Amino acid sequence: MALPAHATPVEKVWHYTYLVICTLIFIFLIVPIIIIVPLSFNAEPYFTFTEGMLGFKSDAYSTRWYQDIFKNGMLNPEAPLSWAWFSDAWNNAQWLRATRNSFFIATVSTIVATTLGTLAALGLSRPEMPARSLITGLLISPMIVPLVITATGMFFFYSDVGLAKTYTGVILAHATLGIPFVIITVTATLSSFDTSLIRASASCGATPTTTFFKIIMPLILPGMISGALFAFITSLDEVVVMLFVADVEQRTIPRQMFSGLREQISPTILAVATVLVIISIALLTAVELLRRRSERLRGLSPG
Amino acid sequence: MADSALSSQRIHDVPDQLTTADGIPLKRKLAISMRRARWRAFLMTAPLVLFMLVSFVLPIGQMLTRSVHNDSFSKALPNFSVALRDWDQKASADGLPDEALFKLLAEDMAVARKERTIGRAATRINYDHSGTRSLFMGAARKAKNFEAPYKETFLELKPKWSNVEMWAAMKRVASDNTTGFYLAAVDRTYDANNDIVEQDEVRQIYVKLFWRTLYLSGVITVLCFLLAYPVAYLLSVLPLAKSNLLMILVLLPFWTSLLVRTTAWIALLQTEGIVNDVLVWLGIISDDGRVQMIYNQMGTIIAMTHILLPFMVLPLYSVMKTIPPSYMRAARSLGANQFTAFVKVYFPQTIPGIAAGTLLVFILAIGYYITPALVGGQDGQLISNIIAFHMQKSLNWSLAAALGSILLAGVLILYWLYNKLIGIDNLKFG
Repeated sequence: MALPAHATPVEKVWHYTYLVICTLIFIFLIVPIIIIVPLSFNAEPYFTFTEGMLGFKSDAYSTRWYQDIFKNGMLNPEAPLSWAWFSDAWNNAQWLRATRNSFFIATVSTIVATTLGTLAALGLSRPEMPARSLITGLLISPMIVPLVITATGMFFFYSDVGLAKTYTGVILAHATLGIPFVIITVTATLSSFDTSLIRASASCGATPTTTFFKIIMPLILPGMISGALFAFITSLDEVVVMLFVADVEQRTIPRQMFSGLREQISPTILAVATVLVIISIALLTAVELLRRRSERLRGLSPG
Repeated sequence: MADSALSSQRIHDVPDQLTTADGIPLKRKLAISMRRARWRAFLMTAPLVLFMLVSFVLPIGQMLTRSVHNDSFSKALPNFSVALRDWDQKASADGLPDEALFKLLAEDMAVARKERTIGRAATRINYDHSGTRSLFMGAARKAKNFEAPYKETFLELKPKWSNVEMWAAMKRVASDNTTGFYLAAVDRTYDANNDIVEQDEVRQIYVKLFWRTLYLSGVITVLCFLLAYPVAYLLSVLPLAKSNLLMILVLLPFWTSLLVRTTAWIALLQTEGIVNDVLVWLGIISDDGRVQMIYNQMGTIIAMTHILLPFMVLPLYSVMKTIPPSYMRAARSLGANQFTAFVKVYFPQTIPGIAAGTLLVFILAIGYYITPALVGGQDGQLISNIIAFHMQKSLNWSLAAALGSILLAGVLILYWLYNKLIGIDNLKFG
């Protein structure tokens, strides 16, 4: 990207203009995410920087909204820190409840999506697979079909079969939405998989099961885990299906945020958002490391 | 194929057909094992295909039938509905049914009121002919005490019972299958002669909303393209260590919760928000001249552009990565200036990436719900929002299904196009 020595003045001007434009676009991308971190430490119940915050006065900052994550909904939030306080928070605090629900639903639906998705991706990547493009199209479609339509369909169907407003219903719905991501990532890993390894393993006397666990699985594991992480974050972020299919009992973090943003906007949402940003940074790092590991394993890059 | 060529070559020293050890012709044996391999591959996908059929295709299909099938009227007033289906409105002199039908109506109404199903029938007829709900409810309240002559009793109760158009509508809703909801979804309706006409001016909202959805999605797609192209180019030409670092700035928004990003835009754009504060501080606007940037179309456009931008950057980047930089240098050394070299040599090669990115962003944008619902205000709502409204608030589920199936058809056409042009196998993240 360095400018050659013989560049004309016009080219120089254009080059630096271009870099400024790119910087501005990067700022547009990242600032909205960064900005909520300091905002969440606001001592006042506002969504904006107060004068004190801009002057870096220490009393303008507080962790009250983080405490509120634990206290909101508790029966006795001012009780001394004890076992009783924790059990009260665990059972009654709205955000903690939502967190528990979110992680439970995301974990189970990820397991369902990853298991079924990996098996299907293995089938899809075989050269003799019949009707491949039709089936791939079907399996990817939950990512493409507008969520409102999916949610509406599931609302009617689950109401008919008695799965509406149950954990099972929500988990099945989220697994459906996570499957495209598992299929995409695992098929991408399998596309560079050397199938002669399977034959080599078979000719050495391994059963198909042994071949899968000893040969195939270790090689596609990075793809599987990235797919699982995608499915996990999809479920963790899903709110449309929750609006239609779930009840108060299954309320997740994004569902709670949605009603928070619609009804009473409180900076607690910003505190929760900050925590979620940290979670996504962790997941992004994990996926990035996995991608590099997978490329190294398959000899695509020097590492 | 290979073995048939083989056998024709050495036709003299082999028997008629090559056979395997167990005596089956090789050709058949191959076909059998191929079939088995196909089955094995298919059976591996079968559990998931079955799961998707039950949890995804079936629910959507079932919902779509609601757009053409609605039996809430005939369920509440069964005998009357059956008789009404056979009634010929054109044959009657005054366009009204005869005494026998009115008698059935009174009887059914009395039963329906007792079973509390009359409300559904009244709502159903109200969709096709508005203003009839109260008429129905009012008549049903007294239907128990109605006596012959029934027709006159009805007409005396409310003169509106002699409205010919209403009876035409009633005959339509008495049959369970209807195209009426699709007509309503495109701002059309039936008149008294069962001809399709446009809705009254004030009731025409859906076509406008479809156009607005397409228009806003188009604007968002163009904005995403304009912002993504320079960034993707920069990422593709920088050395790997630097571009990986900058890539994080693209991927982090991609991995961050939609709700978090929407919340951030509310904090930034609201009238007392950060952007307005900065503008006031810079003296660009006065304190009472703060700009309304959210809870309107602008809010929807800004927030959705930000949310969908990574979906444009990633496909562009993966295409640009494969373009050798020597092409541009060759163009320059052949005498093209930077601009010509870009337009004639570089840009055409990025078209596959542009197609992939714009189609993906457009497909995702036309079905968006959450962001417009939170930051769109009145004029930033998309078609998904009105579908959700009919599902949750007005409870006109058949109309929601009709609107939804039109949207779904549009999305599936684009999806098919995407698959034709780019291929879903080429969809990748990160």
